[in-house]
Amino acid sequence: MSETRIDRRFKACAQAGRPALVTFVTAGDPDLQTSQAILNALPAAGADVIELGMPFSDPMAEGIPIQLGNQRALAGGHTMDKTLDMVRKFREQDQETPILLMGYYNPIYVREPKKFVEVAREAGVDGFIIVDIPAEADDELCIPALEAGLNFIRLATPTTDDKRLPAVLANTSGFVYYVSVTGITGANIKDTGRVADAVNRIKNHTDLPVAVGFGVKTADQAATIGKDADGVVVGSVLVNAIRESLDDDGKATDRTVKAVTDVVADLASGCARARSA
Amino acid sequence: MNDMANSIRTGPDDRGHFGIFGGRYVAETLMPLILDLERHYKEAKDDPEFHAEIESLNKHYTGRPSPLYFAERLTEELGGAKIYFKRDELNHTGSHKINNCLGQILLAKRMGKTRIIAETGAGQHGVATATVCARFGLPCVVYMGATDVERQKPNVFRMKLLGAEIVPVTAGAGTLKDAMNEALRDWVTNVDDTYYLIGTAAGPHPYPEMVRDFQSVIGTELREQMMEAEGRLPDALVAAVGGGSNAIGLFHPFLDDKDVKIYGVEAGGRGLEGEEHCASLTAGKPGVLHGNRTYLLQDDDGQILEGHSISAGLDYPGIGPEHSWLKEIGRVEYVPVMDTEALDAFQMLTRVEGIIPALEPAHALAHVVKLAPQMDKDQILVMNLCGRGDKDVFAVGQMLGFDM
Repeated sequence: MSETRIDRRFKACAQAGRPALVTFVTAGDPDLQTSQAILNALPAAGADVIELGMPFSDPMAEGIPIQLGNQRALAGGHTMDKTLDMVRKFREQDQETPILLMGYYNPIYVREPKKFVEVAREAGVDGFIIVDIPAEADDELCIPALEAGLNFIRLATPTTDDKRLPAVLANTSGFVYYVSVTGITGANIKDTGRVADAVNRIKNHTDLPVAVGFGVKTADQAATIGKDADGVVVGSVLVNAIRESLDDDGKATDRTVKAVTDVVADLASGCARARSA
Repeated sequence: MNDMANSIRTGPDDRGHFGIFGGRYVAETLMPLILDLERHYKEAKDDPEFHAEIESLNKHYTGRPSPLYFAERLTEELGGAKIYFKRDELNHTGSHKINNCLGQILLAKRMGKTRIIAETGAGQHGVATATVCARFGLPCVVYMGATDVERQKPNVFRMKLLGAEIVPVTAGAGTLKDAMNEALRDWVTNVDDTYYLIGTAAGPHPYPEMVRDFQSVIGTELREQMMEAEGRLPDALVAAVGGGSNAIGLFHPFLDDKDVKIYGVEAGGRGLEGEEHCASLTAGKPGVLHGNRTYLLQDDDGQILEGHSISAGLDYPGIGPEHSWLKEIGRVEYVPVMDTEALDAFQMLTRVEGIIPALEPAHALAHVVKLAPQMDKDQILVMNLCGRGDKDVFAVGQMLGFDM
């Protein structure tokens, strides 16, 4: 497969001597207009790669913050068409920052995976992270995505042992997403030293960049993890910032976009100094 | 019986599929765990000692075999086929759920697991799980939707008495599917010591196969008992389907007997026009949820709907994958029964046979009431009476306007 936006972005960050900051927000959270404004503001705030969550009624791998983000989006009438529209609008202003769609399989399955891959590619999507399709089911969505020139990023976890890793990595492209804890999004990382060991273990099996997520909350953590990892993924802390900016009726305020971009800028500063100490 | 080549009893395949249904759609963190579970289950299945232990517990703890009962007065009343009940409501804990829980807890022990988690809707599976955990001295955490905790208080107290910790789930609408999401979140967090004891024949492979195997004791006993009683196989089988574990347990040993007609009865709730039902097979479409591909109640955008049934045990927007396949190949006919029909059947059985059924088999009975009169008097119909109605008496009393 030829070089993708994701490949280029990770290469550029490596050349700049820092990890890529990968930011997750849920599409449509807290409402379509605000969510679009947040998405559009992410690159300037310091996001290198964007994961755009496709809201789902049953987000089984998410902790409370992202569960609530999904609920806010769906309560506001968000749909997959609107998610794709958000990507199209983003691409009018930014052709360089990669966007991955992240979420669960069913909303894609009902649209037929092959058709969906095409529509997503045309909208300006660069790849997918789908939580509930393991490597054993690569033929369903991963292979069609690769054939369309899109990246399919697979999660590796602490339970993915050396015997299983090659199968998990076989069709992975773009980067490998290492889940730092056994648990749900927003959990607490207990030992960053073990994360570094795990990153290096995965690097023994692949030349792809390795990004680390689940539980990164502060600039200091981003700096520590970014010493070894090629990317640092943050999500719950951004979605929490959205929630805390809402008014008593759960509606967006004029603080909402800035609440997110402030956190992104802080985390970006952590990434920037990751390898200087 | 047919030979293996023509058998429809050989599924699932090695990837856990029944046709396009089933499979293993879980997060990577759980993949090594379910592969490990599959390996241990295969070993246990080939171990005569494992089977001997289950048989002994079935006999002395659960009270199996459950009786096959000829419902003489109901047969007269309906004026058609001879009606038999497979009386799994007489099991210890009051339903078929114990069959599966005993099998799985023995497996959990073999695997060296020290903590059990489960999801429950009405609380029957929660009670059965808490029971086997008490019996084997293992700590037990039961996830239960907050809405269900409120409307199933007697079962919540039962589980607490048995030593289980109940975690009310407030996410979503606070019902069974939300409880299952939360149990999965627990499992993904506690990967080393925890065994997830799923209550129905759904979820990622190998659960649908494993739960079916443990529940198939129902149909296997029935074959033998029916040969003894009538010297032949029945003409029709009827069972209620929520997730579908009692039904697949009754059906599976008969799938290759082409002359046996098989009916699964879904919760039609307040009617199939709106969203107030749980008839995934009649009114849903294929999708992926909770680890398997199966028929689901969902909207056009792939969001899962909540569903409604008078019976909390049928209140799930999905269905076991083998049922989805049996529907597709036309081997089993799935029919909906409305809340009101189930309520009528509940009262009828109580008056005519002196048996208070749970609301789940009351759905199956409502279909028997329609089916039996269309059959000849020399034909035989068997319904799985999978649970007793003690748990429902209070709710039914309220619905009938009785001052409780």
